[in-house]
Amino acid sequence: MAFKNEEDRKAYWKENLSLVAILLVIWFVVSFGAGVLFADALNSIRLGGYKLGFWFAQQGSIYTFVVLVFVYSKKMGDLDRKYGVEEDE
Amino acid sequence: MELQTLTYLVVGATFALYIGIAIWARAGSTKEFYVAGGGVHPVANGMATAADWMSAASFISMAGLIAYFGYGGSVFLMGWTGGFVLLAMLLAPYLRKYGKFTVPEFIGDRYYSRAARIVAVVCLIVCSVTYVIGQMKGIGVAFSRFLEVDYDTGLLIGMMIVFFYAVMGGMKGITYTQIAQYCVLILAYTIPAIFISLHLTGNPIPQLGFGSTLAGSETYLLDKLDQVVTELGFAEYTTQTRLSTLNMFVYTMSLMIGTAGLPHVIIRFFTVPKVRDARTSAGWALIFIAILYTTAPAVAGMARLNLMNTIEPTKGENLVYDERPQWFKNWEKTGLLKFEDKNGDGRIQYTADKTTNEMVKVDRDIMVLANPEIAKLPNWVIALVAAGGLAAALSTAAGLLLAIASAISHDLLKGVLMPNITEVQELRASRIAMAGAIGVAGYLGFNPPDFAAGTVALAFGLAASSIFPALMLGIFSKRCNKEGAIAGMIAGLSVTLLYVFQHKGIMFIASTSFLGDMSPNWFFGIEPNAFGAIGALVNFAVALTVSRLTQEPPEHVQEMVEHIRIPVGAGQATGH
Repeated sequence: MAFKNEEDRKAYWKENLSLVAILLVIWFVVSFGAGVLFADALNSIRLGGYKLGFWFAQQGSIYTFVVLVFVYSKKMGDLDRKYGVEEDE
Repeated sequence: MELQTLTYLVVGATFALYIGIAIWARAGSTKEFYVAGGGVHPVANGMATAADWMSAASFISMAGLIAYFGYGGSVFLMGWTGGFVLLAMLLAPYLRKYGKFTVPEFIGDRYYSRAARIVAVVCLIVCSVTYVIGQMKGIGVAFSRFLEVDYDTGLLIGMMIVFFYAVMGGMKGITYTQIAQYCVLILAYTIPAIFISLHLTGNPIPQLGFGSTLAGSETYLLDKLDQVVTELGFAEYTTQTRLSTLNMFVYTMSLMIGTAGLPHVIIRFFTVPKVRDARTSAGWALIFIAILYTTAPAVAGMARLNLMNTIEPTKGENLVYDERPQWFKNWEKTGLLKFEDKNGDGRIQYTADKTTNEMVKVDRDIMVLANPEIAKLPNWVIALVAAGGLAAALSTAAGLLLAIASAISHDLLKGVLMPNITEVQELRASRIAMAGAIGVAGYLGFNPPDFAAGTVALAFGLAASSIFPALMLGIFSKRCNKEGAIAGMIAGLSVTLLYVFQHKGIMFIASTSFLGDMSPNWFFGIEPNAFGAIGALVNFAVALTVSRLTQEPPEHVQEMVEHIRIPVGAGQATGH
């Protein structure tokens, strides 16, 4: 095991899980929230020709997904280095 | 140059390119056949994953479905992109760290059981074959139009080409070919969209044009579209729900989980050099996919508007049937578009009312291919779209067939039944498996259960209900054991299959459906295509409960889980 001690191992995994949890909440809110459950309510707001709920369902959620994956990749890289478990070059 | 000649030329040139690459990169060893030597750059891998991922369903079928379902079609858009978020965060880096070839191999090791591996093989084959049926529908549509023959002949010719193509190369050939295919398909998708957007709204970017006003007017495109369709009795485009909000929710969830559980996509993440690259590969794949997926709604809406305007150019003056445009006649030849002059006025009426509607058959899967013709774009654009559609269908069919082949030859034969076979025999077995899969899927493709995208959605439901929960629990729950995983996979898959078969027919043969495909018989109004999310829920619940009641996994398995949770020490993917 590459961790210095058992506490580090637990802390690394915990930070990983909370990062994923936060990102998945955003994932849920933009798609299932804004795009499905609250689409009707949001449709009263307009974004140019788009009704906002419709926009989230067909455009906005997809843009957010892309950002989420790259944020995850960046943050996990930082986390690996913090605990010294990154891969060798 | 004439359209037909030009199409042959463009399609021929792209095929020569793919086959050339396939021969150049021919796989020699089993390892290269399955995973391309583990040395593919994340951007290249992302592009190849995108081509692998975006099939006939995405390219040919999806925008056509959205054109008819309007807002309800969003389930495909969110579902098929949102799944990559799950894949990137919950599976890809860990499976890469584990470093083997196939999904059943991971399940077999993690759940220390050959039975679990065999169950995973069965799940994988069921969902991949269903997926290939969807591709076959797309291939049939594309070839029938391109060669101007009926659908069945088109499908038969398409099957032969897929066979030749997939059996030739392995993963290595496919990876490089798929990069070429991505370029062809994305150009083929975006170029007509840019033309049409420019023409309708004056804005060349379809994503923006779709939200803009119509050229030379103050009316927004979407408002105009809503108005045109509601006047003919159709539901309002931007708000029409797919059956119910609950159904849309479950449908989207099913597609998302399925995306993360599909073996031919997961296998892609074994081919990158590092765990870090597995994380970014998913991001790159998603960017390349998002280019098409954010264009698709614009293509859909604009195609619908153009179609309506073609049929009724000025209010009350419907198109005279004898003066119908060439594209209309061409599609009539394929049998996928049918007109019946019910009121005998020689003009085409297209309405929501079944008794007066004269467009008696408009197969949704023809919309994208017909779109550039409806919009009167130059011939080379139309030829390019045909080439793009074929690229999309071929690339995914090849990737899926490879996943099926590896499950049979590597997991079932070498892993369980005949551990002593040589590499050469294993390669031969995998090629025979591919041929068998093409035969079965092609046969069922003559009477597909749904439009291409709908059939593919069924495949996702099956993947969601069987494979994804076993993989996710394998990584995130050390307590989940062999009994739990096996029970979960069987329960999830059975629930979903039973639900699908009783509505869609056994093996999707409609006459064997004992409940009929009718919404009153649906559980809470959830359509069969969307049921995978419920199956996944059942799988999770059963797996966790059974695990609690039985013995915890042995020490070395718990250590293995600890090991895959951190990136350090990932070697190359190995098979033994």
